[in-house]
Amino acid sequence: MNNQKLLLDYTLRLADDALIIGHRISEWCGHGPILEQDIALTNTALDHLGRARSLYQYAAEQFNQLPVEEKKSIFTSVAIQNMVQAGASLDEDDLAYLRDGWDFKNLLLLEQPNIDWAFTIARSFFYDVFNYFFFDQLKASNDASLSAVAEKSLKEVTYHLRWSSEWVVRLGDGTDESHKRMQHAVNELWSYTGEMFTINGTDKAMQQEGVGVNLEGIKQMWTEHIKVVFEDATITIPAGTWMQQGGKEGRHSENLGYILAELQFMQRAYPGMEW
Amino acid sequence: MNNTNKNEWPLWEVFIRSKAGLDHKHAGSLHAADAQMAIENARDVYTRRMEGVSIWVVESKNIHASDPGESESLYDPANDKIYRHPTFYNLPDEVKYM
Repeated sequence: MNNQKLLLDYTLRLADDALIIGHRISEWCGHGPILEQDIALTNTALDHLGRARSLYQYAAEQFNQLPVEEKKSIFTSVAIQNMVQAGASLDEDDLAYLRDGWDFKNLLLLEQPNIDWAFTIARSFFYDVFNYFFFDQLKASNDASLSAVAEKSLKEVTYHLRWSSEWVVRLGDGTDESHKRMQHAVNELWSYTGEMFTINGTDKAMQQEGVGVNLEGIKQMWTEHIKVVFEDATITIPAGTWMQQGGKEGRHSENLGYILAELQFMQRAYPGMEW
Repeated sequence: MNNTNKNEWPLWEVFIRSKAGLDHKHAGSLHAADAQMAIENARDVYTRRMEGVSIWVVESKNIHASDPGESESLYDPANDKIYRHPTFYNLPDEVKYM
């Protein structure tokens, strides 16, 4: 892949992460355990969605500048292939609503279902810690658009992290039942945490270009931070070292299919529909 | 106290300062397990449309209120004391912002 396509892959992956976690969290809307937390989660979902929009807009801009032959080689979905064939340019909505599952590059962790409050908190916590260090580093990116997104996101992510960290401690160091559920969620989701730090071709090239961040360094900071919060929360860090892989390459769990079915239904059934 | 109440988080009153220099004003109330959570809930419920720059919370049970049944004796006597309003002075022009 050339650098243009690598940057597109890098941008899209960050956008997909934001869209999918935003969607998952939005599923709590109207179902939160208490009104105030329902609103807290909805605010957070909207933060993620806002970030997804900025990144999809940037990705679409990059895509539209590619030569036609390259455009055809990127997304397999018929809807997008048809648009490329017709010479149409893509926008943020096309990228969110018209790509198929294997075109999505989000982390497997983020498509995992909500299950219960503890699972929702654990998933957010793992990701928020990562995001906090990731966007702090991405601010220094020599890509002006990514650096601007990082700057804005860091403020939001700092609050997300505060919120999910407190809940990890509240549940972990709470009642027997809440502790049991928190530990269970952490154990179950643990094997999805390794993928955040997997360095594939895109990561390597983007880091070399000064666009992307050093995931190795972030892994260390992440591990340190998790340790501190889990100690407070009386949660044991799982011993398992085997980690799930695939999201970054477009290989997903079945969960993503269900998410996209719900997320994309309207645009797929009524193309071009506006409301 | 019945079981429903025992299982509910306590109620908090929320006061928001809309910008530096202004007073905190009562914005509403919410449920939270402790003060920390109350401030965060207040941030999420009452400042999401840029309503404020500072938050106070106080547990509702710590607010002591006057008795509505006593309003006649408490407030009516002020009705005919118009001289308590500072409207009988001529302000010099030099005093600008009174």
